[in-house]
Amino acid sequence: MNKRGWIFLIPAAVFGLLAAGFYAGLGIDPNVLPSPLIDHPAPRFALPPLQGEAQGFSSADLKGHVSLVNAFASWCAPCRAEHPVLNALAHTGRVPTFGIDYKDKEELARAWIAELGNPYTRIGADDGRVGIDWGVYGVPETFIVDKDGRIRYKHVGPLTEADVERTIMPLVARLER
Amino acid sequence: MIDEIGHFALVLALCIAVLQAVVPLVGAARNDAALMGWARPAALAQFLFVAIAFFALMHAYAVSDFSLANVAANSSSMKPLLYKLTGVWSNHEGSMLLWVFILALFGAAVALFSHNLPPALRARVLAVQAMIGVGFLLFILLTSNPFLRLWPTPAEGAGLNPILEDRGLAFHPPCLYLGYVGFSISFCFAIAALIEGRVDPAWARWVRPWTLAAWCALTIGIAMGSWWSYYTLGWGGWWFWDPVENASFMPWLVGTALLHSAVVVEKREALKTWTILLAIITFSLSLLGTFLVRSGVLTSVHAFASDPMRGVFILLLLSFYTGGALILFAWRAPQLAGGGLFAPISREGALVLNNLLLATAAATVFIGTLYPLLLDVVAHQKVSVGPPFYTMTFVPIMIPLLVAMAVGPMVPWKRGDLLAAFGRLKFAFLATAAAALVTLAATGARSLGAACGLALAAWLLAATLTEIAERVHLFREPLPAVLRRALSLPRAGWGMFFAHAGMAVVIAGITGSTAWTEERIVSGRPGQSFEIAGYTIALDRVSEVAGPDYTAARADMRLMRSGREIAAMHPEKRFYPVENGAATGVAIHTNLLADVYAVIGDPDGTGAYTLRLYYNPLVPWIWLGAAAMALGGLVSLTDRRHRIGAPVRRRRGAVAARVQAAE
Amino acid sequence: MIRALLSALALVAALAPAPAHAVRPDEMLADPGLEARAREVGRELRCLVCRNQSIDDSDADLAHDLRVLVRERIKGGDSNDQVVAYVRSRYGDFVLLRPPFELGTLLLWGGPLLILLLGGVAIARFYRARDDVAAPPLSAEERRRLAAVLGEGTER
Repeated sequence: MNKRGWIFLIPAAVFGLLAAGFYAGLGIDPNVLPSPLIDHPAPRFALPPLQGEAQGFSSADLKGHVSLVNAFASWCAPCRAEHPVLNALAHTGRVPTFGIDYKDKEELARAWIAELGNPYTRIGADDGRVGIDWGVYGVPETFIVDKDGRIRYKHVGPLTEADVERTIMPLVARLER
Repeated sequence: MIDEIGHFALVLALCIAVLQAVVPLVGAARNDAALMGWARPAALAQFLFVAIAFFALMHAYAVSDFSLANVAANSSSMKPLLYKLTGVWSNHEGSMLLWVFILALFGAAVALFSHNLPPALRARVLAVQAMIGVGFLLFILLTSNPFLRLWPTPAEGAGLNPILEDRGLAFHPPCLYLGYVGFSISFCFAIAALIEGRVDPAWARWVRPWTLAAWCALTIGIAMGSWWSYYTLGWGGWWFWDPVENASFMPWLVGTALLHSAVVVEKREALKTWTILLAIITFSLSLLGTFLVRSGVLTSVHAFASDPMRGVFILLLLSFYTGGALILFAWRAPQLAGGGLFAPISREGALVLNNLLLATAAATVFIGTLYPLLLDVVAHQKVSVGPPFYTMTFVPIMIPLLVAMAVGPMVPWKRGDLLAAFGRLKFAFLATAAAALVTLAATGARSLGAACGLALAAWLLAATLTEIAERVHLFREPLPAVLRRALSLPRAGWGMFFAHAGMAVVIAGITGSTAWTEERIVSGRPGQSFEIAGYTIALDRVSEVAGPDYTAARADMRLMRSGREIAAMHPEKRFYPVENGAATGVAIHTNLLADVYAVIGDPDGTGAYTLRLYYNPLVPWIWLGAAAMALGGLVSLTDRRHRIGAPVRRRRGAVAARVQAAE
Repeated sequence: MIRALLSALALVAALAPAPAHAVRPDEMLADPGLEARAREVGRELRCLVCRNQSIDDSDADLAHDLRVLVRERIKGGDSNDQVVAYVRSRYGDFVLLRPPFELGTLLLWGGPLLILLLGGVAIARFYRARDDVAAPPLSAEERRRLAAVLGEGTER
């Protein structure tokens, strides 16, 4: 190819790079957003309890130990799917799970918990404002908070057993040291 | 039974496409007329079988045959017949079948209307066309087959998304696809030219009608989609720079550049390589659009249910067609002979500027649409690109283009004088200044942007009028002579007039709607009245009505001005039980200069409803202007020059016969 | 400098407060100036659970919550930039409809201008290459004929 000829390769080369990018992009879920709060202190909040419960859930509850914070709602179908995983996790007693009942109706939430089991050490009823402070944009979402009250990890979407085994528990173990 | 026939017809079409892709190419290489002759009947047969498959699917929808999984997932027996039929393309599988149907339709059209094409060129064009058909037919049969059965057959279907049940939207996809897929013919012509190693002015003349037809359809399709968004709400406005909207806008921009660039090839035999590249890029952008919508890589209101497996397949198709074409381009384009000379200041030079600006505009939209994806892949960082980006980057590119659109037609071919061109634009300068001053005077200094927008529109419109007036010698000859000239002008001249004038009207419409929209959001009870933009809207009653597949809260409103009643308006809020979804029926009253737009929202429980009232000045001009642009394209399409060859031959034959008879 | 230029462009482009198709009457602020500012901010924020809508145009609950939050903070005295920063600190860059001006978005904001310049350079080179094409030199016979023709012209 003569000297002038290489310029004609540019469109093909550009396209090649783009195609590689698209291929890599197929593996990315556009709906999962990274949280800017990672390694930042958890927001300060105090949520009222569900009706009938004594204590709500506030940022004080997160100090001194590694915790899981799970945003859920009775109107959320994937939350129902992940609930057995949370129950199993609570059963092991390894790490406390706190619940944010996100934009829910109290009676429906209580019925939901009664039906599916309560893995939460504490539950707070949120009208959405505290969720905004946590950067919650959908349910379910689960956060790992370390001993100093810093957010260290965010999982968007329902937790599976594989997630718990491969990601959550190892990180919890590391944070406890 | 009909479903089986449809399925089988699709497989047959694939087989024919494979033959059509191979045999004529071999024939063209060997200059074997018999083998080349396979192209036309194969294209017609391919169309026949794809049509059988398409109408078989349509039939299944019409009779609500829920044994087909596709019908069960996307239709219900309660739908009105129109929406059953148009539901065919409301989903991924059906719309892919529509895609190959239109592909085969264009192939058949080329087979039928190409008497004046050299056989080798026609054979190659149809062969490449068939290659595209093979890829997409395989895609359908392997990953997106609409003829898959569902057992046990459900008694009722899942229904159509209520927001899609609309007359305007029903025809938006076919129109859009006529555009997208129509550009495949330009692509095929480009590939054929690369294989032959030759681009001559005749090639440009053959390519133009197909490109024009596709461009017209795409213009109408985009305008329809935009108009639909406007009166259906949910999107808020008429253009949101959504990735899928952008995916249809990019081929339009590049297609417009292609139309103009082909003129230079025809006139001056120059810009050949660039025009070939544009033809490849236009269709590649159509393919890219197909990929973006159906692969799940981008978030969009438009996207079909995402399936990465399908995404990989379409990416493979895209890589094969676009990658293959660009590699062929790199190999063969350097051998295309350079062409005629022209000065930078000339009509050709203006068309080069047009191409530069349109290509940059398309690249801007491209960068904005794909940057989030590519940044995520490369740097694992997520950003989002919304309308503010496009407003700041796209608009500044359009402004010089609009200025140049007025000057370009004033500059002669080959070598021109810019000052002389500006001299001919005296009327346009006056009109621009007048528009700016009147706008500022009428609406105050804060609407500087609006004054600029209307000034630009006036500039372009006045220049376009000046150009056509000069050509028909308006004011220089008596009226009958002028009219005679007007009628005998080449249609392409009128085509340009309508297209450029239409653009000016669109710019005016965009300016008006962006600058002077008025809004009132209130909580209203029956019996109350509200003022907006000098109109009074009285809410008389809100009642429950039932449609074929929905129930609705329907408001009875009266639109009045100065006490006089102008129109009744009936906005609705509909609920569709089968799909468990809602849709809004907006009420619009238009006098073609402005729209009054009323929406009823949810009740607040105390008998009051949220009402949204808008006054949108000049918005109808956006769609009227787009219609004028499409009309311009259609008029150009009927130009005599696109039907070269056949009439001359016949005349020669008649003359020869008469000569023979005389001897 | 670039910021100022881009802000000026934004001013030209932002011709009027855009209509917001999901704002509810009970959300709107009483002061039209503050409400207009809330709309400006709303236009910059993406509804994260919708597909490509601003919080002003979306019916989603999250959009409603954010609209209320924006208005609260504006009433509380925050500037437009501060409100946007507040939401951005919680949701990240993706919530911004206007991509930030930073190193990672250099190609994004600079891309269009870069392409325009590259295209302009390519066109300039195209024209110059044309000018550089010299006509093939005349042979001796051709030169004699040319002289004869020119000479004839001046004699007449």
